Parts: sequence; C-alpha cells; structure tokens
Amino acid sequence: MMRFGRSAPCARMLFGTITRNHRAQGALLLLLLLFGGVLHAQAIEPMPFANHAQELRFQRLTAQLRCPMCQNETLADSNAPIARDLRNQIFQLMQHGQSDAQIKHFLVDRYSDFVLYDPPVKPGTWLLWFGPLLILLAGGSVVFMVVRKRHRDGIAAGISTDSGPTDNGDDW
Amino acid sequence: MTPELGQLALILALLLALAQGVLPLIGAWRGNRALMAVARPAAAGQAVFVAMAFGILVWAFLHFDFSVRYVAENSNLELPWYYRIAAVWGAHEGSLLLWILILNVWTVALAAFSTKLPEVFAARVMAVMGLIAVGFLAFTIFTSDPFGRLLPMPGDGADLNPVLQDPGMTFHPPVLYMGYVGFSVAFAFSIAGLLGGEMEQAWVRWARPWTNIAWGFLTCGIVAGSWWAYAELGWGGWWFWDPVENASFMPWLVGLALIHAQAVTEKRGSLRAWTILLSIFAFSLSLLGTFLVRSGVLTSVHAFASDPRRGVFILAFLTIVVGGSLLLYALRAPKVAGGKPFALLSRETVLLIGNLMFAVASAMVLLGTLFPLIGDAMHLGRISVGPPYFGFLFPLLMLPVVLLLPFGPFLRWGKGEASLLKPVLLRAGIAAAACAIVAAFFVDGKLKAIAGVAALVWLGVGVLLYALKRWREAPRGKRYPAELAGMLLAHLGVGVFVAGVLLTEALGVTSDVRMAPGQTQHIGGYDFRFDGVQRTTGPNWRADQGTITVTRDGHAVATMTPQKRTYPRGQVQTESAVDAGFFRDLYVALGEPMDAGNIEGAWSLRLYYKPFVRWIWGGGLLMMLGGFTCAADKRFRLKRIAESAPVGALQLQETRA
Amino acid sequence: MSRLLPLFGFLLLVTLFGFGIWWNTRHDQTAIPSPLINKPAPAFVLPELYDPAVKVSKTDLLGKPYLLNVFASWCVECGVEHPVLQVEGPTLGVQLVGYNYKDAPADAKRWLAEHGNPYHVLLADQSGDTAINFGVYGAPESFLIDARGVIRYKHIGPLTPGVIRRELKPAIAALSKEAP
Repeated sequence: MMRFGRSAPCARMLFGTITRNHRAQGALLLLLLLFGGVLHAQAIEPMPFANHAQELRFQRLTAQLRCPMCQNETLADSNAPIARDLRNQIFQLMQHGQSDAQIKHFLVDRYSDFVLYDPPVKPGTWLLWFGPLLILLAGGSVVFMVVRKRHRDGIAAGISTDSGPTDNGDDW
Repeated sequence: MTPELGQLALILALLLALAQGVLPLIGAWRGNRALMAVARPAAAGQAVFVAMAFGILVWAFLHFDFSVRYVAENSNLELPWYYRIAAVWGAHEGSLLLWILILNVWTVALAAFSTKLPEVFAARVMAVMGLIAVGFLAFTIFTSDPFGRLLPMPGDGADLNPVLQDPGMTFHPPVLYMGYVGFSVAFAFSIAGLLGGEMEQAWVRWARPWTNIAWGFLTCGIVAGSWWAYAELGWGGWWFWDPVENASFMPWLVGLALIHAQAVTEKRGSLRAWTILLSIFAFSLSLLGTFLVRSGVLTSVHAFASDPRRGVFILAFLTIVVGGSLLLYALRAPKVAGGKPFALLSRETVLLIGNLMFAVASAMVLLGTLFPLIGDAMHLGRISVGPPYFGFLFPLLMLPVVLLLPFGPFLRWGKGEASLLKPVLLRAGIAAAACAIVAAFFVDGKLKAIAGVAALVWLGVGVLLYALKRWREAPRGKRYPAELAGMLLAHLGVGVFVAGVLLTEALGVTSDVRMAPGQTQHIGGYDFRFDGVQRTTGPNWRADQGTITVTRDGHAVATMTPQKRTYPRGQVQTESAVDAGFFRDLYVALGEPMDAGNIEGAWSLRLYYKPFVRWIWGGGLLMMLGGFTCAADKRFRLKRIAESAPVGALQLQETRA
Repeated sequence: MSRLLPLFGFLLLVTLFGFGIWWNTRHDQTAIPSPLINKPAPAFVLPELYDPAVKVSKTDLLGKPYLLNVFASWCVECGVEHPVLQVEGPTLGVQLVGYNYKDAPADAKRWLAEHGNPYHVLLADQSGDTAINFGVYGAPESFLIDARGVIRYKHIGPLTPGVIRRELKPAIAALSKEAP
C-alpha cells in the first residue's frame, strides 16, 4: 500500500482516531484494518489568540516543529492527536508569556531534537550546517583556479581571447 | 486478456533489452556492423512488448480484474474509469512499469532521430539505453511484478488512495518521469562519448536538445506536483522540502547546471569533463530519487511502501550503473583542459559561477535530505532536517545567481567588455530600486515583498535590455534564434518565480476560524461569508460541502464550495476550494463541525488569501517553455556530421597527448 | 587522482544507503528515543481509573520500581500487547501501572473487563496533558521507573515476548542488582 498522503498518520494512532470519531462504525474499522485506509484531513483549529501578532507567531513556530507521530509533517500541518495536543500546549505556553526558545526547549526536553526541523548547531551537526559552506569553498577555489589558468593560458599562448563569432557565425 | 501475457511480454522485453544492451556494444568494439544494427529493431521490439504489458494492466483495471493483486489493491467497482487508468501508476509496481514505458518512448525517439549519427556512436548510445532498460525490467520482474494473482479473487477491490484521485495526479507522474528518464539520453551520450573517446565536442551538440527537453519535462512535472500538493493536500503550501520532493529537485538543479555547461562545451570546447560528469550526475540523481522513494530508507509522506528487498535491488543496480560510469569517467575523461581560452571577465566565467552555485545547492539538498541517515549512523539520535534548513540555505546560494543573471548574455564568449555591463547595472539597478521604493508603500514595508518586486524588475529589465540590444544590432531574421529566445523566456521565468515566492510569503494571510452559518470573516480585503454545510455525493464519495460567498466592498467575487469527502473504504479527504486569479488566490478548506455530528451548525474553516501564488507556477512554466524553445533551435538538427568530425579527431589527439 | 573523487564520493553514498537499509530492518522508523532516560520521571497527580476521587501522585509510587504502561481502548496495537502483558506481567517482578491515555473512562473500563486487567494501579489521563511531560506521543508505550522515580528504560510500540526477554528483563535485573 502506498503512503502518499501528507497526513497519512501512523498506523499506531490512525485506527484510534477513527474509532473515537466514529464510534458507531465498527464495520468501518474492520474495513480499514483489512485495507489499511488513509485518513486525510488537515489540521484546522481556531484558537482564541490574544492578537494577530500572536497568531502569526504561532503559525510560524508550529511550522518549524515536527510532529513526533507520522511520516514527515510539521505540527502546523499534522492532524494527528498528539499534534493537536502539542499545539494546544504551545498555545498555553504562549499565553504564559514563554518565548519561542523556551517553547522549543520545553518540547526538546520531552521529545528530543527530533521535533526541531532545524537541528541545533553542535559538533554532531557541524557537517550539516557547515558542509555546504565547505563544498562552496572547495568548488569556488576550483572554479577560481580554472578561470585563472585559462586566462593565463590565453595570454601565454598569445591567442587573443577576444571573441570572434562562434561556429554559427553569431557571437551569443 | 490474461495478466500472464503481460508477464510474458515483460520477460520478452527483458530479453530484447539484453540484446539491445550487449550486442551493439560488441559490434562497436569489433567493428561488426551486423551486431550494431541489432540496436534499433531490438529497441522497437522491446517498446512493443512493454507497451503490450502496460496495455494489459490498463485493461485489467478497466475490466475490474481483481484477480490481479495490484488491481485489487488499487481500485474498486466504484472508481470512475479515468481514475482506474490513473491507478495504473498509483502505486509502486505500476509506476515502475510506467517508468519503463517512458524509457522506451525516449529510446524509440532516439532510435528514430539518431539515424544521421555516426554508426558506432549511435550503437553505443542505444546500447546504454538498453542496459538501463535491462535493470528496470529485471527489477520489475523479480521484485515488483504488477501481474501477480490474488486468489481467491475478491468480489471488490480496495481503493486508489483518495489523495491521488485528482486530475493533477493523472498528469504529474508521467510528466515527471518524462523528465527523470529523459536525462538517460544525455547520460547515454556521454557514456558513449567516454567509451569511444572521440568527438567530444560534437556529441554535446547532439545531446543538447535532448537534455533541454528532458529538463523542460522535469520542470513541468515538478510544477504539476507542486500545484497538485497545493490544490489537493489542503495546506496551501506549494513546496515542503520533503525527501521525495528533494529527490526530484536535485536532478532538476543538476540538469540546470548541465544545460549551461553543455552550452559552453558545445560552443567553446571548454568544460568537457565537467559536462560529462554532470550528465552522469543528472541521471544518477534521477535513479537515486527512485531509490529514495521506493526503498523506505528515508521517512517521507510520499514514499511507497518500503521493502528492504527492493531497496537492496535498486541499490545494487545504482551501484553498477553509477559506479561503473564514474569509473569509466575516472579512466577516460579528457585529462587536458581543451577548448578556447577565456578571460576572467567572460561568459564562460559567469556560467561557471552559475554551475558552481547549482551544484553546491544540489549537494546541500542531498546533504540535508540524507543527514537524518547520517545521524543514525553516527548515533546522534533521530534528527529532522526540514523547511527552516533548506529555506535558509537555498536562497543564500541562489542570491549570486539572481544578481549575476542579467549580465550573463551581455558578456561575450572568451572575453567580455566591462563597458557593456555598466549600462545594464545602471538601468536594471535603477529600475529595480525605483520599483522597490514604490512597492514599499503598497506592501507595508515588508522586506520580502520589496525584495520580490526588486528581483522581478531586476531580472525582467535585464532580459528586456538584451532583447532590445539584439533588436538593434542583429540582422533581421537572425535577431532571436530559438536558442536565444528560450534562454530569455527561462530567465524571465526565474524573475516571475522569485517574485511569486517572495510576494506570497510576505503578503499571504492564513487564518483558522470558527464560523456559524451567516457569519462573515474579513481577510486580505475580502469578506468570506459562511452559508452552511450540506451533504452531497459524487461518483464514488459522499461529502459535507460548505458554501462560502466571497465579496469585496460589497461586490460578489466568488462562491466557493470546499468539501470533506468520505470514500467507500472510509478514507476521509478534504477538497479545498480555490478561487484562482492572476494577482491572488482565495483558498478555503473545510475543517470539522465544532459540535461533533451537527453539520448544520458552526464549522472550523481555514481561509487563505494568497497574492501572486500563481506566479510561482507561471515562472516554472516559463522556464519549461524556455527549455523546449531552446531545443527547437535549427542548429541542433542533424545534417552536417561530416563537418564536425575532423574537429573532434583533432581534439582526440590533443586530449590523449 | 581528482578524476576518482566522484567515484569515491559515490561509494561513500552507497555505504550510507546500505547502512540505511540494514538500520531500518532493525529499528522502528516511528520510534523516537526518549531524552528522559535516566532522568527523574515528571511529577504528576492523576485520578485512579476506577475511583476518580483517589488521586495518585509520583511520590505515592516511589520506593519500588514499576512499569508504566500507556494504553487506550482505541489503540489497536494495545490489543496485541495486552495478552502478552497478562502472561508476562506477573513474571516481571515489578509493579504494573496502567496509564490510560486519552480515553473515556467508561470505554477503558469496558475494554479492561473484556481483555482482563493485569495492572496493580490504574491512572487515567483523559486530556493527555500529563503524558506530554512523559514524552508520550502514541500508544502503546512503556516506561520502566526505578524506586527513586528515575526513568530507566522506555519501549515504544507493543511489548512482545521477544522485547521483554531481550530488553525489559535485563533492564529490570539491572535495577534489582543496584538496589541495597
């Protein structure tokens, strides 16, 4: 079975969600067990924000955090029950005046760095954060040397680097 | 028609692919023309059998043949016929068959259009295509048989994942695969070039249109996927930096570098080794994408069900194909930098810088995507790398590209003139600054939005200035050859894309709201009135459908009907309603009734106002169009093989020196 | 030499992928190792399932090691785990504390009546708020907590006879060794 949905929740929770929402539909649960159904719905949850700035802050913060359940979803997007609970928790912490850093700390203490979509910079993640810079520097110096060499070659060979038209008689 | 025939067709196709992969290579080595001549008929025969297998699977879906396990798992009696066809590539086995079918389409096209190529070279190219087909056919036959039986035959099947029951989905995979697989042509050309060690500059000219077309398809496929995620998945996002998205983005970036490197190699003879390497990388990354999606090595929301056996098979295949070609590269790549020299200030230099940035960006995406795996290996614990990482580094790496882009065309090959650049800098710079200042008043001083406007004007004016220069200086009829026009279109597309991204991000408004029937919410200058929810039904679903009437200053704008569908197997799927516009999208998704079970009461809804979001895909489509237009250039038509051969022979001696 | 660099880089990648395939056959991709191992369990006060008037706190459970088992009536895999707990529970030598997670008490009681009750103590966390402090993100999950209230081991997903033999029992044995 293909897991293609953005919110294909993990089996561990999926059936739970469905039984709770449709308690009467025992037959449905059976079908789901047989066919491995996919619950697809996004997380839509109005919250009583104090003001618009807080709502924006909440949206930005939950979009940077990963739902511990499910395949690969942000807390903002996930419809898994734990994502809902954690969103509520974040909302409460915000009402208590906690900063983004404090809220992230709260979650990391309980769920590890896994919940952070931007892993903290520490020796283990140096490769991740500085690797691209390293590649850029290495590649950049190769490019620099190639350009310098070709430039000198041109001068040394006495070949005019002045461009004549290309093969097709057009200079572009 | 019995599914076993499909299996038989696949086995015959595998045998023909083997013949196509091996015999012409021996022929090219031994100078045996009869063996080389096997390539084309074998390719044609293989294509016929693969098409037959594909047709049989389509037939099985259309006729509800649930005795075929794959059909039973991915369709049911209620699924409309068009989605039953799309269901063919709705899961692993069938999508692999589609991959092979498309590989055959490319191979047949190559066979048809390569008749004017030198015999030996064409034989090698066809053989490489054949060997790729061998790998994929064997993968299908031995690990992922789409024709496996399910006995006893169930009365009805399961369902195609409702997420895939969308017009965008019928379209997205075939186009994306056209791109992925299309890079196999550039790959085959460079392997053939390495094997023969001849005509390095000539083969690049032949490979160019193929690369451009493949890249155009890949662009289109990614745009379609992004659009589908936006419209169908319901978060209003258009890119999530998910491993599977990254798997398509990496070959795209490398393909982009390849297109530009090929231009340098073809026109000036420089960067030959780099062009070969990029050709290998582009296709390798396409294969890597296939591996990532199907092996279950990474956690992704899009991944196919994982099976370590499949993972091992693709990994082995990947190792042979990529490892083999990189070994060949190490042994035979031109060792001496050939081609015409160039000055520090030249088109070659800026293209090299662009190439560097695309390659580094691609490496960065690869690193970020694979880092969770590295974290496992180094016992760092489970690590997540997501949007904040990519979204921070990628724009940084692309900034120099955007800044340098307008100058590129103004720089001549070999040696550019600084005096030509100054007016460009002044005009495009002043225009961009002026528009940015004006825009600042309209966008509330939001920096991202201002940057978006400035980038669009900067790139747009750059393109316009070069178009004007050509208009004034080039002779009538030669002003805009297809290759040049394609470049301008694609570069304009970059501007439109960047503007779309930055403006949407800066000015977009999202709000989760609770609405009772009759209530109105004011978002982004629009009034959304919720008119309640009714039940409705479709061909194979029933739904709660909300009605939202949108007005602006009292004038009616749109009536939107987001749905929450339930499919026959109990899957729940939200269908967002989108009111598309050139300058903005309005987007509504239906949540849940606030009072469980009472659908007539208040509901939770998500409302979006997304200005300029369509420009993101518009920019992508312009880039695609640019790629296709370039490929249509008359210069690429094969007619004068004899002329380019001596040049190649000359270079051969130079490189072997 | 530099011509071989891409090949070496690629072989490194292949090694990584090979490792990935192997790793995923050994590890549950959905399990996130808890950062709370060898840290004091969070303080809690929760009602007893059968008698909500009785509040059970962390301090009430100190003094003896116990296995805190997170379960719910809606959780399908808990139904798989439950018979194992019934059989193996008494042989573990520690108290079994049931942690009923995000469940309606009536459902939980019906479920326990149907499947049997291996627990010595039953806590009810209807809102799931306390569970967040334990880093719970689904059910079933099990925590081994020592006499001083420190979390020593966590298993995510159903306890199977194999897991109990290979991981849980050695962890319990280690506890009893260090006990005075």
